Amino acid sequence: MSLLSDLVNLNLSDTTEKVIAEYIWIGGSGMDLRSKARTLNGPVKDPSKLPKWNYDGSSTNQAPGEDSEVILYPQAIFKDPFRRGNNILVMCDAYTPAGEPIPTNKRHAAAKIFSHPEVLAEETWYGIEQEYTLLQRDVKWPIGWPLGGYPGPQGPYYCGIGADKAFGRDIVDSHYKACLYAGINISGINGEVMPGQWEFQVGPAVGISAGDELWVARYILERITEIAGVVLSFDPKPIQGDWNGAGAHTNYSTKSMRNDGGYEVIKKAIEKLGLRHKEHIAAYGEGNERRLTGRHETADINTFLWGVANRGASIRVGRDTEKAGKGYFEDRRPASNMDPYVVTSMIAETTIIWKP
Amino acid sequence: MSALNDLINLNLADTTDKIIAEYIWVGGSGIDLRSKARTLTGPVTDPAKLPKWNYDGSSTDQAPGHDSEVILYPQAVYKDPFRRGNNILVMCDAYTPAGEPIPTNKRFDAAKVFSHPDVVAEEPWYGIEQEYTLLQKDVHWPIGWPVGGFPGPQGPYYCGVGADKAFCRDIVDSHYKACLYAGINISGINGEVMPGQWEFQVGPSVGISAGDQIWVARYILERITEIAGVVLTFDPKPIKGDWNGAGAHTNYSTKSMRADGGFDVIKKAIEKLGLRHKQHISAYGEGNERRLTGRHETADINTFSWGVANRGASVRVGRDTEKEGKGYFEDRRPASNMDPYVVTSMIAETTILWKP
Repeated sequence: MSLLSDLVNLNLSDTTEKVIAEYIWIGGSGMDLRSKARTLNGPVKDPSKLPKWNYDGSSTNQAPGEDSEVILYPQAIFKDPFRRGNNILVMCDAYTPAGEPIPTNKRHAAAKIFSHPEVLAEETWYGIEQEYTLLQRDVKWPIGWPLGGYPGPQGPYYCGIGADKAFGRDIVDSHYKACLYAGINISGINGEVMPGQWEFQVGPAVGISAGDELWVARYILERITEIAGVVLSFDPKPIQGDWNGAGAHTNYSTKSMRNDGGYEVIKKAIEKLGLRHKEHIAAYGEGNERRLTGRHETADINTFLWGVANRGASIRVGRDTEKAGKGYFEDRRPASNMDPYVVTSMIAETTIIWKP
Repeated sequence: MSALNDLINLNLADTTDKIIAEYIWVGGSGIDLRSKARTLTGPVTDPAKLPKWNYDGSSTDQAPGHDSEVILYPQAVYKDPFRRGNNILVMCDAYTPAGEPIPTNKRFDAAKVFSHPDVVAEEPWYGIEQEYTLLQKDVHWPIGWPVGGFPGPQGPYYCGVGADKAFCRDIVDSHYKACLYAGINISGINGEVMPGQWEFQVGPSVGISAGDQIWVARYILERITEIAGVVLTFDPKPIKGDWNGAGAHTNYSTKSMRADGGFDVIKKAIEKLGLRHKQHISAYGEGNERRLTGRHETADINTFSWGVANRGASVRVGRDTEKEGKGYFEDRRPASNMDPYVVTSMIAETTILWKP
């Protein structure tokens, strides 16, 4: 099939100025990514210079058949690691023809929070730890797991190496390079506690770009698993029993928290989060109650507690932050299937704008 | 097989001025593509400078055995994405030795319509959305579908990503680049509603070149599926039941429609199309009655309807066109196996030349 590869890898810049733009959006479930491509006359680096587009919302549960057009507004551009050259990936959000964000468009409200003057002044930074599980395609059982059975118990797999401990590393490593190529601020990767589960981190990213970068990183990951013939799952508790779930721990800091005396600001922020625990939990991902049990390095879903270096807490503050008296903290509650636009903007809103 | 690839990818420009021209024509069924190659003494980019050729029409159901020569007239030249270098693809149409177009030659009459002064003045533009289905080679069941069974119902596949939602993207992506390389005005691609079904769009193209470009794009696609070991079908309803069919929606505009006040010209044109609905339908592809049922985003074959943003209508007008009062419209009736020479010229003839 190398002849096909020759074609897929054709460098068109020798023959044409034209460029291919892959427009990406989130579908009707709030978690399904969709994309389609169009040809542009030449390279484009600024999303505001890209044309709006539209798609058939009736095929993604986002519009009725007799009024099916949903409009795509380009919001962020990344280099396309699959087509390379001057070809691009374009993260979009979705609107009605009248210009209203459709109900599943969570970016619009997040962008409003991130342009609030108080939030802007605080320069909100995010580092998101995206966990995910890889499943065998035809049986939806984790890769590396025996069919009809289980691997040995958790212990050897966290950051493990070896054919009996790490499954699918080529997916993880190609994703890492692809994201760096694309211009995504991917800060690291590691094998997780449950075999077949991995994590990558994106950040520090400021404001709305945290959500954009995480969604495009997810898109690149699913394109890569598609090539590998493996199914990607963001389910927060893919396997019942003595197996870790998958989260999207969200690390957070503001200008005040990063400055001297920041630790006090952090403690006040955590207090406010505690007062809105139920509201946050409701927005932190479907099915999270199967994961936040109080076991497997989580805090129980109905409890809000925080602690230094405590992985069994809702919020963990690192020892470095405690020692330096300033830094950031980690909200461990969000599930792997959370919407980063919702979570990042809600944390900013509660800690900066909301008055108890 | 790397030694074979080395030979296939030999760059002959270092050793010789000679080039290879692949002559392409449409066979006796009206949908089967045929081609053969010949050596030319040097690069040629103008079809008028290419020699006429001939082939054995008795082997393609286009001539009797005792008088089998059918003459090929070169009509359009494209760069060959498979042989690259200065090698070319040549789209031809077929004539008797006496110079008459043979019955399956639909290009000849289309060219006459497109050279009519009234049509030339209106500069008809076409954007054709070619849908197609990929089948497993030995069982003729769609790729990605379990043999002897069905995938999960439609919903996740339209513009979908992931190993359980998008099948054979490498064929689609290599086709996109190959067509751009060849000089075909391919404007985009997307995954379709039925799994294993895809779409590419060619346009905007003026007059007769719309047909030339679609036929060569189809040729390149079938050469690529040949490399991939997968079967290409343009059947309009490949799988019975709750599965979408495959169409070739034809977007159309004239100079008057693109100018201010164009929306009224569009409405008049649509009216004329409505008056000739039966004639158009009979020329819009074999087997279309299996596809145009009124379900699965089609209008029933016996009904002519039009609407803004309505994917269940025969003709759809986009919201942009309605808003700006000018633009284009989409004839959603043609089947995926339509002949673009026939459809494009018929739309021009009915809307520009025909008086009710």
